[in-house]
Amino acid sequence: MMFKSLKNTIQSLEKNEISIKELSQEYIKNIKEKSTLNIFIHFDEQKILNQVEILEKDKSKKKLKGIPLAIKDLFCTKDMPTTAASKILENFKPSYESFVTQKLLDCGAIFVGKTNLDEFAMGSATDTSYFGNTINPLSKDGEPLAPGGSSGGSAAAVAANLCLGATGTDTGGSIRQPASFCGVVGIKPTYGLCSRWGIAAFASSLDQAGVFTNNTEDASILLESIAGFDERDSTSANIEIPNYFKNLNHDVVGKTIGIPKEYTIDGTPEEISRIWEEAIKVLEKNGAKIKNISLPHTKYALPTYYIIAPAEASSNLARYDGVKYGYRSSEIDSLDEMYENTRGQGFGKEVKRRILIGTYVLSAGYYDAYYLKAQKVRKLIANDFNEAFKECDLIVTPTAPSSAFPLNQEQDDPIKMYLNDVFTVPASLAGLPGISIPFGKDKNNLPLGIQILGKHFDEQQVFNTALSLEKSYE
Amino acid sequence: MNNLIKGKKYDWEMVIGIEVHAQVKSNSKLFSSSSTKFGSPPNSQVSLVDAAMPGMLPVINKYCVEQAVKSGVGLNAKINNYSVFDRKNYFYADLPQGYQISQYKFPIVGEGKVTIDFKDGSSKDIRIVRLHLEQDAGKSLHDQNPSKTYVDLNRSGVALMEIVSEPDIRSPDEAGMYIAKIRSILMYLNTCDGNMQEGSLRADVNISVRKPNEDYGTRCEIKNLNSIKFIKQAINYEAKRQIEILESGGSIEQNTMLFNTSTGKTRPMRNKEEAHDYRYFPDPDLLPLEISNQDIEKIKSTIPELPDKLKNKFINIYNLSNYDASILTADKQTSDYFNETIKSDPELKKSSKIVVNWITSELFSLLNKNDLELISSPVSPKNLGQLVKLISTNEISGKIAKDVLEEMFSSKKSAREIVDYKGLKQVTDQGEIEKVIDEVITDNPKMVQEYLGGKDKLLGFFVGQVMKKTKGKANPKILNDILIRKLS
Repeated sequence: MMFKSLKNTIQSLEKNEISIKELSQEYIKNIKEKSTLNIFIHFDEQKILNQVEILEKDKSKKKLKGIPLAIKDLFCTKDMPTTAASKILENFKPSYESFVTQKLLDCGAIFVGKTNLDEFAMGSATDTSYFGNTINPLSKDGEPLAPGGSSGGSAAAVAANLCLGATGTDTGGSIRQPASFCGVVGIKPTYGLCSRWGIAAFASSLDQAGVFTNNTEDASILLESIAGFDERDSTSANIEIPNYFKNLNHDVVGKTIGIPKEYTIDGTPEEISRIWEEAIKVLEKNGAKIKNISLPHTKYALPTYYIIAPAEASSNLARYDGVKYGYRSSEIDSLDEMYENTRGQGFGKEVKRRILIGTYVLSAGYYDAYYLKAQKVRKLIANDFNEAFKECDLIVTPTAPSSAFPLNQEQDDPIKMYLNDVFTVPASLAGLPGISIPFGKDKNNLPLGIQILGKHFDEQQVFNTALSLEKSYE
Repeated sequence: MNNLIKGKKYDWEMVIGIEVHAQVKSNSKLFSSSSTKFGSPPNSQVSLVDAAMPGMLPVINKYCVEQAVKSGVGLNAKINNYSVFDRKNYFYADLPQGYQISQYKFPIVGEGKVTIDFKDGSSKDIRIVRLHLEQDAGKSLHDQNPSKTYVDLNRSGVALMEIVSEPDIRSPDEAGMYIAKIRSILMYLNTCDGNMQEGSLRADVNISVRKPNEDYGTRCEIKNLNSIKFIKQAINYEAKRQIEILESGGSIEQNTMLFNTSTGKTRPMRNKEEAHDYRYFPDPDLLPLEISNQDIEKIKSTIPELPDKLKNKFINIYNLSNYDASILTADKQTSDYFNETIKSDPELKKSSKIVVNWITSELFSLLNKNDLELISSPVSPKNLGQLVKLISTNEISGKIAKDVLEEMFSSKKSAREIVDYKGLKQVTDQGEIEKVIDEVITDNPKMVQEYLGGKDKLLGFFVGQVMKKTKGKANPKILNDILIRKLS
């Protein structure tokens, strides 16, 4: 494929080596060819061509002018429906544009469509979507693989070359894990770097927008395009956004890389440990200092996450009640019945499970034992990282405990599914930036991912370290 | 003060605590920029945030926070540097988010107190537990369609201050005075418009009864009362209901009650078994609210003189009774009116008591009759001052002054104009009065005989006759003096 680099494509467009129209047609062709992967919930060729027409008339210089991007269908978009992969929002058309997607539109990007996800971003395989599974483009004949989740559609769209970049959201690993499964780069920045305004909420204290690309350079370009303060989001950080791309530097000499001992867990496939060691060696060779560190509360991260996230979700999803917008059951004899049937029919199994868990942990008599305790543990986990970052600049771990698994494999075992987030959840609870980059392959030649975590708002060093690994790997 | 009420068998004491919901006076809502204008067409003041569209987030309105701080200062309460917004989760059609953003564990204002004043000059402190900020819900309209309920979200997200009292109130009258005092304070501060008809100030009343000195009984909460009259009625009814149950050997079930304003009765809304579990937890969309002492001081410096301080000032400067002063300061309109009246002429300071009486009895009754607020009184403070001066300098009698005030009220003319034009000036010329008295004595020899024979009551008859002949203008004191002298 000739266009796999977003950075190079920007240059080609600027030099008129290719027109916006030609580029878009190429991607429309790709999307149509790969339609069986079920990557998009919404794809409308005419809408893409309309965007092309407008941009071709627009003579102003724009950073991402004509660049085809895919948008996770959790971001509200004015010109395309927004479903959160749920029946309850099946026909929902927002009258507003999310902060992140508006920034991309302002940069002249073209949205090729809205990508599939786990319903309301709850899942790790993009298999809880009301619109069906997405298939990992790296699947071999006969055995469809999961793309990871919840942003599986976006990760798959980049991997299958259906766009040059995609947006995702990450609550407990929903960008990093699918990036790892699909062999692409995915970054979840620091909590607060990108406004949550206009993103259907899953767990407000954890949700964060980020991007997927084919390489680190592209990720730095896209992230700096969507980051920034937004007074409409009270948790948005009012900081100057660095020029990540311009400052990109693969030099890690003198940087200290922390290797947390708690991330070596029983049952992790040997090849995961192997690529982790390999990555450490590469960084050491590139001049970094390696330091063994401890994040003692790591083992509590997953249970903590699976209390806090459902608790917030149970409240965040209360607004989908059939009263104002979205799906409303036709079997209604009373207000209570309207709620029960609308929500009973409108939400899928996993969403209902999490609403129930969340309702339970917040209920009278259980709040202290679950929610309050989880909040305390969350502080301890965040503090682990604060302590660790006194000794090191970055932390390197595997992204996920496995490579892409076959579709439908873990659907009936939620606990096993939740274990996918074991390496990604701690940083989410601490609000830290984390990137996953493809590094190495397993025995079936499937990509594996390395996760690099940085200090709050230190995305630059995260990118730099990723670039260092990426360059050596290539 | 003895507040005991009699049941069939025992004496009972009411124990009352009140939650006041006061709408914050602010142009925009607590977490959105929509207007708060009352009476706008349904759903015309609804932002994406108010309608809880996906991905919409609340942003605190700093002005509402300032208003809450001001109110807290007015309630003599502790302002908390740190407070937290929580979500109170429940489903209702007019609650778009499926939760109300409120403050639960950490309210913006802590303990305080307000003082209520009784007619006999005594007063009582009612302790405040807390004041917190919260969102109002929308409105469900059940009467627009036989089979449907409509929802109006104009009110959804409007800022409310919930002011919670300790159960220090012991009678319907105290409850009424407490609400009136809270209302007065908030209106002085301009933090609530106090309009109970429009629902800007509503109350939930918790009431239980007990035999004196026993422990608190089981309470019931009467929801959403929007006038002082209804609050008193509801308390009276509910207390009687509870007493009847207890005296016939029953026990009170903790209930939430609604008050029917046309029947004057309370009825249960839901009982304990159906009670909501609100699953409060800190709203992750909002950061904790932090207010520095410096900010609190800054807000304090903008606060006007509050009723209790003004009351003491009135007592000291104008030598008024505690009760008179508390009536004058019950609302800002009245205290402003009094202030302007008494300052309109330096001589009036001596006649402060007469000024109070003419405002609070004569003028108020005319205003009531005409359904007017003091602010739109046709009689200006300056003109009322003039009238009082005419009375205190004996230019007109009190009786004539009442007619003059009515004339002032309808014509908006000054007292002086009316008195001059109608020739109402009091006759103080002794010779002139004596002449009339002589006429009356000459015309009524029989009555004179009876009076001299011991029928003292007839003095009034002679006074009346003289007044009749002078069209009420004779100075009563001079008239009396001469009459008694002549008849002795």
